[in-house]
Amino acid sequence: MTVKFFKLASGFVAFTAGLGMLSSVVMAAGDGGGQHFAKQSWSFGGVFGRYDQKQLRRGFEVYKGVCTGCHSMNLLSYRNLTQPGGPEYGEDYIKAMLKSDEVEVNLPHNDEGEIVNEDGDLFTRPAALSDRIKKPYANDKAAMAANGGALPPDFSVIGKARAMHANHEGIPGLFTWVFALVKDVVTQYQEGGPDYIYTLMTNYHETVPENAPKDFSLPEGKHYNAAFPGHAISMAPPLSDGIVDYTDGTKATLDQHAKDISAFLMWAAEPHLNARKRRGFMVLIYLAILSLLLYGVKRKIWEDVKH
Amino acid sequence: MAHESVYTPNSGIEKWLDERLPIIRLGVDFMAMPTPRNLNYWWTFGGILFFFLMVQIITGIILAMHYIPHESMAFDSVEHIVRDVNWGDMLQNMHSNGASFFFIAVYIHILRGMYYGSYKAPREMLWILGVIIYVLMMASGFLGYVLPWGQMSLWGATVITNLFSAIPFVGGAITELLWGGYAVGQPTLNRFFSLHYLMPLILFAFVGLHIWALHVVGSNNPDGIEIKLKEDSLPFHSYFSMKDAFAMVLFAMIYVYFVFFMPDYMGHPDNYVRANPMVTPPHIVPEWYFLPFYAILRAIPDKLFGVIFMFAAIAIVAFLPWLDTSRVRSMRYRPTAKLFFWGFVATGLLLGYLGAKPAEGGYVIASRILTAYWFLYFIVALPLLGWTQKTKTLPGSITEAVLGKDAMKNNK
Ligand code: HEC
Ligand code: HEM
Repeated sequence: MTVKFFKLASGFVAFTAGLGMLSSVVMAAGDGGGQHFAKQSWSFGGVFGRYDQKQLRRGFEVYKGVCTGCHSMNLLSYRNLTQPGGPEYGEDYIKAMLKSDEVEVNLPHNDEGEIVNEDGDLFTRPAALSDRIKKPYANDKAAMAANGGALPPDFSVIGKARAMHANHEGIPGLFTWVFALVKDVVTQYQEGGPDYIYTLMTNYHETVPENAPKDFSLPEGKHYNAAFPGHAISMAPPLSDGIVDYTDGTKATLDQHAKDISAFLMWAAEPHLNARKRRGFMVLIYLAILSLLLYGVKRKIWEDVKH
Repeated sequence: MAHESVYTPNSGIEKWLDERLPIIRLGVDFMAMPTPRNLNYWWTFGGILFFFLMVQIITGIILAMHYIPHESMAFDSVEHIVRDVNWGDMLQNMHSNGASFFFIAVYIHILRGMYYGSYKAPREMLWILGVIIYVLMMASGFLGYVLPWGQMSLWGATVITNLFSAIPFVGGAITELLWGGYAVGQPTLNRFFSLHYLMPLILFAFVGLHIWALHVVGSNNPDGIEIKLKEDSLPFHSYFSMKDAFAMVLFAMIYVYFVFFMPDYMGHPDNYVRANPMVTPPHIVPEWYFLPFYAILRAIPDKLFGVIFMFAAIAIVAFLPWLDTSRVRSMRYRPTAKLFFWGFVATGLLLGYLGAKPAEGGYVIASRILTAYWFLYFIVALPLLGWTQKTKTLPGSITEAVLGKDAMKNNK
């Protein structure tokens, strides 16, 4: 009786576990759809990764030259551009820029309690370092009206609000998933955001390509982008070779622009990355030493006790 | 305390205090608890959990000084903490990753208990308190995830609170009470913040009871036999306090790696998109530690029964002391039960995977099979195995388990 039960029981375990595995594997095999894009190498990846200050400056030039026409960056102030670990412009440089661009802000510069003068107009004054980066449209409605009904998302955290893999696609089959999860931890992969933005910038097609999903038809006023979920994006290709001239003399190619703006947007989303990684390394060293000391103490205490 | 007091007050002040409030005695005896000498490193996770409880409470209190529970300001206030508050990015990353590591540790802690039969008499109360703590942890985690008010916050909260609407008669009223209105909105955020602050304090009280219960019955051990001989146990301090400290630092190193080098790994990019009631994300997924239960919920075609099964899957754990009929505690001596145990671990992991997948086709079928295993493990396998299994011979004492039979003889 007992033996029989064992056999039955082990059979049951093997059966359920096997079936669970099997169904996952079968489903994994069916998951192949969706294009795979190459990861880029970023100066800020890995334990010792830091932003490349020159690249951030170039990225800012791309932002200022192109994206700022449509995308706001509401959480950042001009002063952030001067802080350590970022593009690190001199304060005078930014002040001069604000002056020559004649950037004006409303008083007070929040949306709600605006103060108006006798004519009902807003007071304005020249922007200062402490002001938020000026947004292109007065509000979301205006932004949508100007962009065929689509809202250009705010750029403050977009570097972390998108990711190449997780991006709306769900997760892949069991084994690929587990493999990717472990690999990302080991390789310390946190650059899904900039990878996605770079890929988005460089995967526009003038006409719908052959490898587009079956029955794909591009709606009026949209553009085909292989990286964008659903592929029909309302944003016209913002970048092209030479669209901005870099002040540091770097060759202005589409690829270069795409990399630089992606790095810049990562910095905007994660302005303290340099300090965070530096601090983390120190904490790890400290804990490593502490663990060795504790191990020694523990061993000494347990020396005469078998356990 | 279950053991004789080891404290003798030395100075006059100590004697004076001891007669009025024997708090030093309490602490000294607490640290001297006789602890089985054969504990392995799985027993360090209780201490590790306490460490994370403190991390969450301390970082949480500071975050709450800067956080604003308002629909239109919550998201920005968290970003303000990360960008502008001194050490703010570190505190925020410690708190959000701390929650995940708290759950990693608690899952290890629970499975340790299940493997070594730590829930068995006389540790039933200790176990039930543990299950209550686990439920409180889930509540805290869920409430906390809503606070940054990103897309997943809003939509996760919507999905989970909607579950209560399946309860017959009172479901609608409960849901509206949770929401403070007719949808997840400002009143919801405000009360969730209040409850999220409250929950860990209740948790703290229950952890106190949990540790009290532990000190009454003493620790179980990998061989699952009680302390018999004098040599079977060692005082908690400094043998186990130092071992715990060492393990804690090792575990903290993994935690620190995530906090400083991949703080967003466990999160979802959609939660960096501001909550928007007009836009539903394509896949709404809860935090990873809920995924197995989310899979069970979606495995059942009927909403009410889905909810019942999901809650039952957790509640059933509390009945383990009576469902497991085996007189032998540790799986070390229960070869067949051990197989089923690992089957259960695999089930939990696979359900976690399925919880992250859309509820369609083969995924649902797989979820159903695994859900069945989950319940059958508790209500069929464990009761029957207890009666029918052939167990290995238990060692005569903990010391014998450590030294071996021969060494015991030679010692004598
Ligand atoms: C003419 C206005 C315009 C300009 C200039 C512009 N964008 Fe956009 N952008 C949009 C609009 C509109 C959308 C929304 C697209 C949609 O949802 O279909 C968008 C969306 C995006 C997105 C989000 C895509 C997603 O996954 O949801 C990114 C990233 C982006 N733009 C990057 C850039 C960058 C980088 C630049 C500058 C190099 C730039 N944009 C310049 C209008 C613009
Ligand atoms: C905040 C969460 C928790 C804290 C801080 C905590 C703390 C502790 C501590 C310090 C110990 C003694 C050390 C050890 O054996 O690891 C312990 C033991 C124990 N805990 Fe927990 N615990 C928590 C959650 C839980 C949960 C969720 C369960 C079960 C559902 C549980 C069940 C047990 C059991 C059965 C023991 C005794 C183990 C044995 O002696 O073999 N605990 N806990």
